[in-house]
This record gives sequence, C-alpha cells and structure tokens, in this order.
Amino acid sequence: MRQMSKYYLNYLDQLESEAIHIMREVAGQFERPALLFSGGKDSITLVRLAEKAFRPGKFPFPLVHIDTGHNFPEALAYRDNLVKELDEKLIVRYVGDTIQRQKLTEPKGKFASRNALQTYTLLETIEEFKFDACIGGARRDEEKARAKERIFSVRDEFGQWDPKRQRPELWNTYNGKIHKGENVRAFPISNWTELDVWNYIKKENISLPSIYFAHERECVVTADNQLVAVSDFIQIDKADTVVKKQVRYRTVGDMTCTAAVESSASNIDDVIKEIIVSKISERGETRIDDQVSEAAMEDRKKGGYF
Amino acid sequence: MDILRFITAGSVDDGKSTLIGRLLYDSKSILIDQMAAIEKQSKNKENGEIDLAILTDGLRAEREQGITIDVAYKYFSTDKRKFIIADAPGHIQYTRNMVTGSSNADLSVILIDARKGVIEQTRRHSIITSLLGIKHVVVAINKMDLVEFSEARYNEIVKDYKSIQKQLGLADVIFIPISALSGDNIVDRSGNMNWYKGESLLHILENVKLNSDVNLFDVRFPVQYVIRPQTEELHDYRGYAGKLSSGIIRKGDKVIVEPAGIRTAIKAIEIGGKEVEEAFAPQSIVVHLDDDVDVSRGDMIVKEDSKPKITQDLEVILCWMDTKPMEVGSKYMIQHNTKQVRCVVKEIDYKLNVNTLEKETGIQSAQLNDVCKVLLKTASPLAIDSYKALRNNGGAILIDETSYVTVGACIIN
Repeated sequence: MRQMSKYYLNYLDQLESEAIHIMREVAGQFERPALLFSGGKDSITLVRLAEKAFRPGKFPFPLVHIDTGHNFPEALAYRDNLVKELDEKLIVRYVGDTIQRQKLTEPKGKFASRNALQTYTLLETIEEFKFDACIGGARRDEEKARAKERIFSVRDEFGQWDPKRQRPELWNTYNGKIHKGENVRAFPISNWTELDVWNYIKKENISLPSIYFAHERECVVTADNQLVAVSDFIQIDKADTVVKKQVRYRTVGDMTCTAAVESSASNIDDVIKEIIVSKISERGETRIDDQVSEAAMEDRKKGGYF
Repeated sequence: MDILRFITAGSVDDGKSTLIGRLLYDSKSILIDQMAAIEKQSKNKENGEIDLAILTDGLRAEREQGITIDVAYKYFSTDKRKFIIADAPGHIQYTRNMVTGSSNADLSVILIDARKGVIEQTRRHSIITSLLGIKHVVVAINKMDLVEFSEARYNEIVKDYKSIQKQLGLADVIFIPISALSGDNIVDRSGNMNWYKGESLLHILENVKLNSDVNLFDVRFPVQYVIRPQTEELHDYRGYAGKLSSGIIRKGDKVIVEPAGIRTAIKAIEIGGKEVEEAFAPQSIVVHLDDDVDVSRGDMIVKEDSKPKITQDLEVILCWMDTKPMEVGSKYMIQHNTKQVRCVVKEIDYKLNVNTLEKETGIQSAQLNDVCKVLLKTASPLAIDSYKALRNNGGAILIDETSYVTVGACIIN
C-alpha cells in the first residue's frame, strides 16, 4: 500500500514541494524579483510557501501590492498585519496615482471596475523597481487562457503575453533568461485547484481575512443575481434591490467586481464543504469582470495583466 | 491521496478532447457556468451538438480554427487521486508540444480510433512515450460504438499494437475498449462490451501504482539557492536549498559535491524550517554541510555509492523545437537542472523517423520537430545520468544564446 510507505508524499506535500522549487528557481535565476500580493487567499498561500522556501533567511523579494483603492478594508488590515508579523518589505502602488499621472480614463457605469487599469500601475511599478520577475498566485484551473500559460511566462517590454510564442517548458527545468526590459511572471501554484488551496490553508492553519467567512453584509443584487457589497465605490440607484445577507467571499478582488456568495460557513471546514458541493466555478460565481467576453482573460493577459 | 500526471496525445479526430471532456464531466469537474459557456459556444457552431472539446481549447485562435495549438493543463480529482492532464495536440507538426506534455507525465493515454486501427500517429505517440520514459501506457481503443462493440475488431487492434509494444520495449501497457462520446468504460464498466473483463478507464487511472516510480536509491540534490541570513544570531547559517530529485539522504551521510568532487557530510537537514533526520525525493529541503566548502547554485550533492557521470561530452536524443534550424557547430546554452553552461553541437549522428524508428544518417541540420541523436560538448563538466536510468537527472534543455528561447529538449543517453 502506497499510503503506508514512509517515503511517500501525499498530494498536498507534492504540490507544496513543487511550488517551493519554483520560488527558489525565481530567487536563483533573477536579480530583482517581486511577489505580487493582493490580500487574497492565493497570494496569502504564496507567502506561506515563501516562508517555507527561504526561512530563516529573509525573502529575496519584496511583496508588491497594486492597490486599486477599491479594496476591502478587511483585506488591507490583514495585509498590514501580515507584513508586520513577517518583517518583510511591502511596496504599495496606487492605481489612482497612475490614473492621474497617465491621464487614464476611468471606466464608468454601475459596477465600474479599476481591475483592468491595474495593468498600467503594475507595468509602472515593474519599471520603477526594474523588477525582472513577478511571482503571482494565478492557477491554471481558474480560467481557460490560464490553462495554457507556462509556469515561467515571459512578457515583453510592454508586459504582453504572446500565447503563440510561449517557450516549451519541460520537466522541472525553467528557462528564465530574458532580455533587458522583459520580465517573467512566475506562477508557483499553477497546478493547484481552488480546493487544493483551501485544503492547504487548512493543513497549514493559515489565517485569512475575515471576509472569507460568513458575515452579515448589505449587498446590491445585480441583474445576474450576484451580490455586490454596498460601498462608496459602486453606484446605487433607486431601482436597485439592497438586501442584508449572510455572505462570504470566495475570492477577494476589488469591492466593485467581486461578488459575495450566500453562506453560513463560519470556519474553514464548512467553507471546504461548500466548495466541494458548489456547482459553479470560482470565477464564474464571484467575478463580475470575466463575463464580458469568452476571451476576456486572454485579452487582458496579452495586454500585460498578470 | 496522490497525484497522477498523464498525457493524452491525439487529435480531435481520435476523440481526445471528447475523452477529456467526458472524464471532467463524469467526475463532475465541469460546473454549471462552464457548461453554460460550452452550450452557448456549441450553438455558434454548425452541428448544434454540445462540443466538449471547447473545454480544452483555451485560446481564441484555437477556438476559431477548431484546433489545439498548445499544451493545456486540466485538473480533476476523485476520492483516490488528483489528476493533472496534459492535453497535447497530436499531429506531426506538434511533436514538440507532445514532447513537452510528456516530459512530466507518469502515464500516457494513447487513443486509437477503432475504425482506423493502429496508424502512423499511434506509432509516433508510442515512440515519444517511450523516448520520454513514461512508465505506464493505457491504449484506449475508442469509438467502439462505431464498430458495433466488436470484440474481434478490438482483439485485432490489440494484436497490432503489441508488435509496437515489443519493438519499443514498453513494459506496462493496459488495453481498454471505450466510447468517449457515449461514456462506455469511462467511469463505469460498459454493458455494451461484456466480453471485456478489465476495469473502466477511470478505475485504471485511479489505481496505477506510482510509488515505485520515485527513485529512492540514487541521491541527486541539485542546489538551487544558498540561504545566508547574515544576521547576528544566524551569522554562521549557510543552508543549501533545493529539491531532492531522487534518493534519500540522512543526517551524517557522507556526500560529494559535484562536479568539483568535494567530499563532506550532511550536518543537518531542514524541511519548511524544521530540522529532520532524513529527507526523500521529491521533497524541497535545506541541507547543511559539515565543512565550510564552496557550494553554489548549479552544484549537485550526491553519495559515494551512486555517482553520476561527470563529463563534458553528452550523447543525447534531441528534439528540436525552434523554427530556426540547428546546425552542426552551433553554440547554445544547456540547462541541466539548476546548472547552465555553454555547449556546441559536435555531430549529428542520425535523425530518427518518429513514425518508423528508422535512422537517417548524413544529416547536417535539424528542423523544427526533428528528433536527432546528437553529440554535444559543454564548456564545463555536468553531473549527468542517462535518462533511462534516472529520468530526473537525464533531461536538459537547450537555450538560444541570443533569443533566449528554449530551442531543444535533450534526453541524455
């Protein structure tokens, strides 16, 4: 029986080891890497993996948060507390500043989101700090375009992804050689699914922002029956239905483009139970911005999105 | 619970995408919103049927042209296993994608259309499976519904395939008759083929034994990164971080740092910041050595009882992956685990016909998708093993020195 062998790694340990290996490849191959941190569960998982990869040393990269200004306050509080506990460097750059500096046009409309504008700030930040690699928490199970992306994904000077010109990626050998001005996006948890992440968080006893668990919240009901938190960042009209519900968040993005799900799951075991029986995918249930077109993610990635 | 990584090489014609769609669908890994998207798109196409292939075609160009261009990764799990599918296109012009997808696979599902039987493509997929050292093969004879679930037809194909199996020396081959479209023998045994006494495809995938595939005898530890906190309290801390690619190491083990050949011993091992007595592949660990020796990224820690070959001359099977041809005399970077050195192509011994295994000699250059036996000379020594003996230390990639693109995959002889 394989389970009885002493020298056998279960699937979470295998995924963890693979992710640590990828992080160390980034540290070993690049001069100025960064870890993109959003305050969501995937990037929180990356931080735990970085601790396992580099402690008792310091992280060989700062955490970088591209702040849209539309974050959940709970996620920001979590972020600041985490950075203090870690004693690592955090760099925050604001989309609002980029909008002013580059005179960008903000999307208008009901649930107008700065999600797409994050790309501009990310590219500015990469240039400012001369980052040559950015570690991100994207997973291949999230979305079809992501299913095709390499673990080391080379981006040109404009941060663009060219799906037709990806480098073959063989074995566990990652080619991080790039020209000046190019950068690599590295995805250590590419092979994890949503459920893998949750199971890992449980196994590692990682704390999360409170909004991942059931709480009472005032929400606007959208035309697609999604629940969007009432905040200063969305436009509420008279015709809107505002309800008070027990909800939790399955993903944590901007308050403008992340929908809540109705839930009474107040602890991690209950959240995992709900995810196992959920009939809707993570992005489908919670992201308002993905439903515009079939190729929304592919297009954003081609434009430099992470 | 463990992980099975498998590749399905084939084309839409073989029903490859349908098979993957079926596995995802029947294991309930396709969710309502994804299904809705598929239905919506299927209606855009002419035939009106739900097209499970849409699930695997992630790029706009693929959907527009109805082809698979690149390797896509798909995930599903059952109570027994997590599965990672590398979905690679099967036509000859995509040999490089198939090689890429095969490089990490534990198992290869080779699809055969029951109407067509063993064809050139079947041979090619099997040859690549064998070259890339995939230990387990499932030959799925598909579209059985279109041959009236005929046992005779099935036996005929099995017999044909066995000659390929013998020629390639594939040890573990399981045959199964299926219909991906109607779900026969996919999750449950089919009532349409009572003559088949084996298990369903999913059952096979769930139960293939993988534990013996990890080599626990030959220690290979490529150093990725040196952890040196240089703080006051950790002034002397010097940890060598990496993933043990094979073998088991224990505290106190006498080791050699290659390629320099420095002898020392393991002082301590850490996993995730905790000290442990021993570690085994494929764990990511930190190692401390007894002596203050010079070790850096690219070095490899091994044990006396099983040493790799230290050499500058490499005999490799090379799969060429670039549109710019490779010529004798060309120089590249070779990346072997964590080590990168320059190398030159000394000689092309022969080109392998991946459909027939015939060797063509007198070759001076390799084109995209060519598979050649090549002699390389590296600028400094590498610590290598033959791919057959030790897969994790027998593969390397070639990188173009100016474009930095990965241009070749080397399978070391």
